[in-house]
Parts: sequence; structure tokens; C-alpha cells
Amino acid sequence: MERDLATTLQANKKRVVKDKLVKYGVTIGGTSVLVTLLLIFGYLLYVVLPIFAPVSIEQKQSFQRQDSTPIYALGIDEQNEVAYQMDDQGLLSFYSLREDDLGKSLLKYQAFTETHNITKTMPVNGMFALANNSGEVKVIKPSFVTSYPNDKRLITPEVSFPLGEERFVVSEDKQALTHLSFEMNSEYAGIAAVKSNGEGVFLLLTAEEDFMTDEVVWQQEKFKLPSFPNKVDQLLLTPNLSKLFVRSGNDLLVYDISESDDIHISSVFKINATGSNVNDVQLLTGASSLLVANENGVISQWFEVLSENKREFTYIRDFKAPAEVTSIVPEFFRKGFLTTTKAGDLSIFHSTGETELLTESISKVGSLVIAISPRANAILVADKDVIKLYHVDNEHPEITWSALWQEVWYEGYPEPQYVWQSTSASDDFEAKMSLVPISFGTIKAAFYAMLFAVPISISAAIYTAYFMAPSIRTYIKPTVEIMEALPTVILGFLAGLWLAPIVENQLPGIILLLISLPASVLVAAIIWTNLPTSLSEKVSEGVLPLVLLPILIATGYFSMAFSETLEIWLFNGDTRMYLTNELGINFDQRNSLIVGIAMGFAVIPTIFSIAEDAIFSVPKSLTMGSLALGATRWQTLAKVVILTASPGIFSAVMMGMGRAVGETMIVLMATGNTPIMDWNIFEGMRSLSANIAVEMPESEVGSSHYRVLFLAAFVLFLFTFFFNTIAEFIRQRLREKYSSL
Amino acid sequence: MGKWFKSGTPWIWMTGGAVSLSLIAVIGLFLLIGWRGLSFFWPATVYEFSMQNEQGQQSVLIGEIYDQEHVLKQQLIDGGVTGLEDYPESLERFLIKTGNREYVDLDFQWILETIIKGKKVAHDVVVFERTKNGNFYGYIDSIIEGENKLNITKSDLLNELNGRLARALEFRDKEHGLLTGDIGRINNDLDRIRLKQRKLELDGELTEQKITEFKASSDALRAEYLGLENELFGYRDQAKRDSVVVKDMTGRLVTMPLSYILDFYQPNDMNFMQKVGHWFHQVYKFVSSDPREANTEGGVFPAIFGTVFMVMLMAVIVTPFGVVAAIYLHEYAGKNNITKFIRIAVINLSGVPSIVYGVFGLGFFVYILGGSIDQLLYPEALPSPTFGSPGVLWSALTLAILTLPVVIVSTEEGLSRIPSTLREGSLALGATKSETLWRIVIPMASPAIMTGLILAVARAAGEVAPLMLVGVVKIAPTLPVDGNFPFLHLDRKFMHLGFHIYDVGFQSPNVEAARPLVYATSFLLVTVIIGLNLAAIAIRNNLREKYRALEH
Repeated sequence: MERDLATTLQANKKRVVKDKLVKYGVTIGGTSVLVTLLLIFGYLLYVVLPIFAPVSIEQKQSFQRQDSTPIYALGIDEQNEVAYQMDDQGLLSFYSLREDDLGKSLLKYQAFTETHNITKTMPVNGMFALANNSGEVKVIKPSFVTSYPNDKRLITPEVSFPLGEERFVVSEDKQALTHLSFEMNSEYAGIAAVKSNGEGVFLLLTAEEDFMTDEVVWQQEKFKLPSFPNKVDQLLLTPNLSKLFVRSGNDLLVYDISESDDIHISSVFKINATGSNVNDVQLLTGASSLLVANENGVISQWFEVLSENKREFTYIRDFKAPAEVTSIVPEFFRKGFLTTTKAGDLSIFHSTGETELLTESISKVGSLVIAISPRANAILVADKDVIKLYHVDNEHPEITWSALWQEVWYEGYPEPQYVWQSTSASDDFEAKMSLVPISFGTIKAAFYAMLFAVPISISAAIYTAYFMAPSIRTYIKPTVEIMEALPTVILGFLAGLWLAPIVENQLPGIILLLISLPASVLVAAIIWTNLPTSLSEKVSEGVLPLVLLPILIATGYFSMAFSETLEIWLFNGDTRMYLTNELGINFDQRNSLIVGIAMGFAVIPTIFSIAEDAIFSVPKSLTMGSLALGATRWQTLAKVVILTASPGIFSAVMMGMGRAVGETMIVLMATGNTPIMDWNIFEGMRSLSANIAVEMPESEVGSSHYRVLFLAAFVLFLFTFFFNTIAEFIRQRLREKYSSL
Repeated sequence: MGKWFKSGTPWIWMTGGAVSLSLIAVIGLFLLIGWRGLSFFWPATVYEFSMQNEQGQQSVLIGEIYDQEHVLKQQLIDGGVTGLEDYPESLERFLIKTGNREYVDLDFQWILETIIKGKKVAHDVVVFERTKNGNFYGYIDSIIEGENKLNITKSDLLNELNGRLARALEFRDKEHGLLTGDIGRINNDLDRIRLKQRKLELDGELTEQKITEFKASSDALRAEYLGLENELFGYRDQAKRDSVVVKDMTGRLVTMPLSYILDFYQPNDMNFMQKVGHWFHQVYKFVSSDPREANTEGGVFPAIFGTVFMVMLMAVIVTPFGVVAAIYLHEYAGKNNITKFIRIAVINLSGVPSIVYGVFGLGFFVYILGGSIDQLLYPEALPSPTFGSPGVLWSALTLAILTLPVVIVSTEEGLSRIPSTLREGSLALGATKSETLWRIVIPMASPAIMTGLILAVARAAGEVAPLMLVGVVKIAPTLPVDGNFPFLHLDRKFMHLGFHIYDVGFQSPNVEAARPLVYATSFLLVTVIIGLNLAAIAIRNNLREKYRALEH
């Protein structure tokens, strides 16, 4: 007996433990839903946040300089392991930045025993042109060779000669050069210089391959620059050798040198900021923009803008450095740049991001020279005594709040615009990522869909819930609701390949439908009211849809058949031509009308179902009371039922809105996916969701583009979260209210 | 009249009209897809058009009437068509499918009624289905074996061709069997040997002896491969032996090897029953064969397989989670804020756009989870990813999250319909809560769980947008299940019916040729999804009836 009890207790204990375990298991399982939602939210945020992270720099290696000659320029290799300096005597020296032999001199090179003049190209080219005091020029390029002895990366510096080791004679009369500028591309190289007698010359070098030896020979052509100013402060060539900028005080002269037999000044303009003088001009990455530094610390950006069929350099925007700017260093590939000031401050800017990303005082000594690494992840800074390497955390300078949501004036655009253009075939392309046009597209698509869906679905819900005979309601409600299960890819396909051509060919008929369908219903109603009672009683109000079915189909058929006649009458037989030529409305085959109809159909069942439930669950006592007080059925509906159910109907519309905003396939297939901003119903759009579907598979993981697409997804998430939560909240309230009634 | 408007009658009629309109839309949509999708398999009559253009040139066009429409003369004139002065305002235009893609500029031609001089049913015309370049229309002229023309009468030609085509197909089947069977296995084995070797190398356990072993086994496989390759070429040569000479619409004699003919039929000489038989045959081919020519011809078998496989995988993942969450919400959760938050989470999970799940799946599952799995379990295959790239497992997981709310809502509804007296009875008899759940509640709720599952499957089968990011591809060379170890390849990409519709309809080089195929695929997908939904509705209704009886 005792043993029995013990076993029972034992067994019960097991059962209790099991019960507890199940309880905890189920609780964990239940909360996992919440965890999932939070995980999605958190993960999206985790990917998005780095684009808004502030820029930071951190000092790494530093070493004492062995000499104290003023430095002309600095440079660094891609892996941030080897640095070089070019001092103002033309001595090029390479130093190691590796921890184990930090500061060790690796290589020195001197082009001329006595260098009179030095110029550097844009960072992408990374070359120097040096001139001696008899006007001869030599071009050198500090380069880096990567090898893998013992599977370890080793970077060795070397000096290469892009134009050969030849000296180019710029001034035949052995005059020294006061100013020098050099640039080259794959076919041409150009040297612009000012001789000490004030004469401006331009030397154009053309690469020609010697077909015997395969060696490249540089053909020289020399031009005198016409109407050259007396006072010259700076010369700047563009790498495509189409323009030469000559700065004379606060004036900038632009020479058009693209046609070598017609070198002329194309424009002259003042570039200084009000109340200040210019102290430096540099080209921004891509060489389309000029960055002008002023003595008061203002840096202004200029580029050519097309106005009245003429391209003119225009002031675009400015940035403010804390003190007088001593140098401007553009990045290698992005549209960012760095500045140093007399006081020893370093600032990082991004031009189209229109932001100052960072300003930090990094030296007390002043006379800073800086260089940025090709990957823009390190900055090399030298003052009189030390060379320091800073790591830069600046992954996404171009994505700022203003770049995403405000108009940005991009290079080559006539005015500030909202642009989404994330990729292009061209190499020196700047991604333009404004979320405004695609958010606009989303709203436009949802708007037209709701315009179509709301009247139909709510009317249908009212009728089904309030007037319809219960016998047919059981069939008709599920029939409409089953449309919700229809894959949207099929709706999109039908919209794009079946509906769009029909609408295009029979536009007058489609527009006619808008009038003829309601009209035919009214006519049917009038006829029915005027029928003798014996006949009209045969059709009860509860089965109207069945009566109207053939009427509407017939009306639809005749409207479409009438389309051609209408087209001949009203639009000279060609509606599209008429729209474009007479009304000036663009017409795309896949347009917002198509999206509106297709997506309207997709959201009709959502709205219908929820609104019908809301109306149907209005307590019968309310309607009975109203009818008993003598109100007609319609009065009861309008004054009592709809009013009571209105929060439910509103919540239905919210739900539908949420669905329309997030819908992908229909928008993807039924529009041309062009990110334009125009309310025109006959033009397409690009929505957030379609944009993600199109671009996500091609975007590089971790890139700005990738993160912006995540941001788009996050925006969608918040959008729908907002709509759904409001709708749900209202529905809950309504339910509580009814239960108290 | 004003009184009449006040009475509300017109408004009632208007709301009724809205219901009719919705009904027309739903039913019309299904009829449209059904008609277009199913009529594609019906053997269309092939016509011979004699045409004369404006310059007086005569020509003959053989083909099916694919589409026809009315156009206004003005639009044609705006489009640059001349010589229409004497014709009425509205003209008819036919789209003719002429086939013979490699011999004509356009295999779909719009011809205006004005240039058609005569139209007759082309008797004896034969339609060939080929492995490339689409259909061929023409009259059989002769059959060639090797170099020699067979000396047979016209009436025997068809029978002879039938026999010889069967022989060629047999060799092609053998070739295909060899390619997917033995040769596929050898490639797979070679790959595994390479990975094994790499793994040992990474672990630092690769000895000379192992290397020789690996080399020996891969050499053996290569030798076997060479033998099979010879066999393969043999089959190919055999299949190429016979050719058929066909006269096309321009009178040119075209010689086609039987090795690239799949099927042929004479649509104009079939009687009704034969046409019905042909229709079923075509439907069978559509659902059972692989797509050809960038998906614009052939069947959709891999897409059906991929869809079903992915959806089953998803169902396995989503059911336990969904059911447990629903049980928690209905049976365990107290009336507190956490429960409220969970309910909001469920509602929102069902409302979040599907593309957001795709983005999440790509970033979290594919790159983070998949990337980590690759680092831990498949370092030998890096840098080429195993699970670190979109695949069927990630698609199933992503859709499982997407459909979780569907299962939860449906299961919870089922649970709430079970009368509490039953639970209380069980508890009163001494059962623990978990026992009550397991023995009483879950069995009774199982139809509701089933309903939820079916609805989830239906939703997942139609969802395309997230899959475009997490695993679906245009053409998958292999199915996720095959005869090679480990038989179930969850890392593989797959084809999907919904994506197939998008891809073929919008990304294909020959949209005109692919359009009926898209309708047929749509019909298939709609049938499956609507069928599943109807089943779910039926189960739910049945369930309601059952508990209604219990309540009294």
C-alpha cells in the first residue's frame, strides 16, 4: 500500500514537473512572437544606424620627422602601410607606417638637383610634376608594389614615370617657371605654366604608340595662352584637359582648351566670398566642381550649370571652416574633402551631403600638411616635427538627413532636386539617394488605389451588411473575400500585360465607364421605382446585386464598344496623340491608373471584410429603435449605423492603406518604375517596396546603397506599423463599446 | 425626384451596384485567367493567308491566329502606315504566330485586314515542337536517314516519322538520364573529394598519403567519366541519325534533325476527340517537363516542385511556433501588458509588407546566420558560400515568419470555440493543465490548426516579393532534392511559380511567345491557392457546426 502511494506520488511529481515544463515552454514560445518583431525592428535599425553615425578620427602611429624642410605634399598607400612626403625641394621620401619599423626611411628620390617648382595632380592620379630653374619639367609618380612573400603582404614603394624619364622643355628660352600645373588621362597629358616673364604656356602631350617597339612616345604641341593676366596666383588643369583655371586674385579665368587650335577664355568671374579674399582653389573629386577657400574660412563650391543654353560656373553652396583655410584635400573617389586651418584644425566635409562631418584641433604647431588614403579610412598629418596617422571612421558621408529628405544640387543639374539614381554605367558616377521621389511614388500609388478601392469597398460593405438578403450574403461575402488570397503577382501580371494595353487602346471607353456604370444603376433604379407594384415586388431589395450584374456587364460592354466612336468624335481618332499634343499630358502605357485599378482590387477585400464586420456588428437594438421611431431604412443607416460603425470603417481604410503602401509586385509590374515626382495619373512611379525589390539583389553588402535600402524598408515598416496599430487600437475600442451596448 | 433621392433608394441601388462590381471583378478575373490559361493547350487551327501588300507583292503566311483587335485608321496613319484612304475608320488587325523563328524576322506578325486576300485552313500542315527556336510550321516533304532519302509514299510519311521520332526520343532520354544520373553523381563526388581535401588542409591534417588517396579516387572517377562521356556522345550521334525535310510557307525545304524535335501534330486534321486528347497531353507535358528557351517554352515542373518543397519546409517550421504562440495567448497569458504587446506584435507581423521580410531575411538569415554557418561548418568551401547565399531554407524561414500570424490567429479562433466546460471537466477529473491541453484541447483544435496551416501555405505559395531577395531564381539547374548525397540540398536556390510568372512575363526576351505560358502558370497557381483557401473555409465551417452542437 505504501509503495503504491509512493509510486503514485512519484508519478504525480513527474506530472507536475511536466506541467511546469510545458507552461514555461509555451510561455517562451508565445513571447517569441514579440521577440521576432523586436528582432526585425532591431536588425533593420542595426543596419541603418551606421549611416547616421558621427564621423570620428583616432590617432594611431606617429613618428618624429628626421628633417625639418617644409613639406609640399604627403601621400599614403591603399593599405595605410607606407607613406611618402614630397618636400618643397623636390625630394620624395617614403616612410614605413608599419608597427615594427615605424618611421623607417624606405626610399628617397630627387628628380632635379635643384627643383624650382612643384605641382601635384588630383589624388586619383597621384603624380607630381617638377620643374628645374631652366623651365624643364619631369613627371614622377610615387607608387606601391604589393607582393606576397611567405603568404604575407608586403608593400614596397617605388617611383614610376608616367611620361617616361624624359624632361619636357616648357620654356625654350630657359626661363624659370613661376607657376605650374599638370594633369593627364589615358590619352593626353597637359602642362600649363607661367614663365617668369609672365607669359602663359600650355604644353599638350599626346600618347602615340611606336608600332615597331610598342613604346609610348609623347608628341608635344605647345600653345601660348591668349590674353593672359599679369598677376597669376594659381593654375589648375582638369584631368580631361578640357579646361584650365587661372586664378588672379579674386578673379577666376576659365580657358577652354578642349580644341587645341582654339584656346580661348570662356569666362571670367569673381569667386571670393563677400568681404573676404580667396586663398586657394582646388578641384573636387571628378573635377567638375571648384572648391574655393577664403581667408575668413568660408569654402564655396562652384560648378557649371546649364542656364539659357549656356553652361556657366555658378555658386552652389558653402561650408565654414573654423579659421583661415590653408589647404583643401579632396578625397580619391567620393565627393568629400578635408581642410586644414592656420590654427591647426582639421575639418571633414561632404559636398552633396552639405555637411561638416567633423572638426577637430589636431596640432598646436600649425602649418599642417595632410593627405587622405585612397580608401578614405586614414589621414596622414604632418606638422613641423611629427608625422601622424589617424584612422577615420567615415563610411557613409554622403548619406545625411538633408541628402535623404531635402533637395540637393548635384553636379550637372540645373537646380536642386530630389533625385533617386543609385547606379549608373559610368565610373565616376555619384549615387543620388533621395528617398523623397520613391516615398512620393509609394504615396501616389496608394492614393490612386484608395481612390478606386474605398468607394467601392465601403459601399459594397454597407450593402452586404445592411441590405443584403442573408441567403445570398453567405455566398457573396466569401466570394469577395477570397480575392484577398489571390497572389498579387497575378494581379500585377494581368495589370501590366492585359489591362495596360486595353486601357491604352480604349481610353475613352474606360473613362466613359466612370460615368456610364453609376448612370446605368440609377436608370435601373428609376425604372424599378416606376414599375407597377406587382412587378417591382418580385425583386426584393436584398438581391439587387444579382439584378444589377447583367445590367453592369451590358453597360460595360457597350461602353467599350462605344470607345472607338468616341475616340473618332472627340480625339481625332488617336487619344494618345491628342493627350500628348493638345493637352500636354505624358502618357505611359504602364501608369498610375493601371496601378490604381490593380492595387485597388487587391485592397478591396481587405477594406470590405473589416468594414462589413464593423457594420454588421452594430447592435440590432440601435437599428430597431431608429426604425421604430419612424426613420426610413436609409435614414437609419446614414444617421445611426454608419455613425456607430465609423471607427471600424476608418480602421478598415487604415488597414487597406497599410496594405497598399507595402504592396510590391503590383507596383513593380504595372508601372515603369521611374522615380519621377508628378501626380499625373497617366505616368508611372517607383515605390519604396518596388525599389527594394529591384535594387536589393545588386547592392553591395554594407555599402551606403545597401543601408539606404534597409532604411527604405525601415520606413515602410514604421509606416505600416503606424497604420496597423491605429487600426487595431480603434477596433479594440469599438469592440469594447459594442459589448457595453 | 428630390423626394425619391431623399428616400435613399438610389443610394441603396448604388451600394448594390458596388457589390455587383466587386463580384464581376472577382469572377471575371478567374474566368479570364482560366480561359486564357486553358485555351493555350488546345490545338489551334493553322491558317494559310495569301497576302498582297501595297506594292502588289504576293506572299503566303502560315500560322495560328494568336490575337485580333480593332484599330482606328487615324492611329495607323499617325504610326506611318500609308495607302489607307479608301478604308473605313476602324480596321481589324490579326496577330499571327508563324513560328519558324530562325527563318523569319518576326515570329509574331501583326497583319492588317487590308492586305489579306485569302484565308484557308491549311490541311496536312504539321506543327513541330522543337528544343530551340520555338514551333515550326510546314508540310512534310521527306525523311532522311543519314544521307539517304527514304523511299516511301506520302501516306506512310507520318507513321514512319512517328516511329523514328520515338527512337530519337529514346536516345535523348538515355542521354538525359546519363547526364543527370551517373555524370551528375561523378561531378558531385569530385566536388566532395575536393572539399574533403581542402578541409583536411585547413585543419592541417593533410598528409602525403591522403593526397595520393584523394588523387587516386578522383582519377578513378575521371576515368569513369571519360567512359560515360563516350557513351553520351554515342547516344547523341544515334539521335542525330534521322532528319525530316519540311517545306515552309515560302516554299523553302528545311532539313531538321529529329534530335531536336520534341513532338509533332497536325492540328487541322484532328477530330474533336483527338483534340481533347491532345489537350490533355499538352497539359501533362506542361506540368511535368522542364522549361526551355529561357523559360518561354516547355513546362513548369521545377517551379511546381520548388514551390511545393519550399512551402512544405515552411509549414514544418511555422506550425509548432504558431500553435505554441496561440496556446500561450489563449490558455496561459494573463491579462497584462506583455500579452497586450504580444497581440500588437501579432497584428503588426501580419501587416508588415512582405518585402520588409525579404530585406530582413536577406540581411539576417542569409548574411548573418548563413555567413556564420559557413564559417563554422563549411570553411572548406569558402569563399564560395554554402548557406551564406540565398537558398530554399532561408526562403522557408522568411515565409515562416511572414505566415506566423495566420497560424496564430486561426488556431486561437479554434481554441476560443472549444467550450470551457470541456477544459474544466478534464481538470476536475484530476488532469494537469498540460494533460488537458494535450489530450482534450489540441485534438479538438486540430481542425483549426489545420485551417491555419492551409491558409499559411496558400499565402506562402503566392508570395513573391520576399523570395526575390532570399532564394528564388529564374532557372535552377538542379532541384533541391536529388539522388546525390546528402539528397536534401537546403542551401540550393529554387524556382517558384509566382516568380516564374513575373520573370517570364516581364523579363523574358520574347514576351509575346511567353504570354500564354504565363496565363497557364497563373491559372495553375490560382487553382492551387483558391483550392487551399476553399479547403480551409470548408474545414472551418465544419468545425463551427461541430462546436455549435457541443454548446447545447
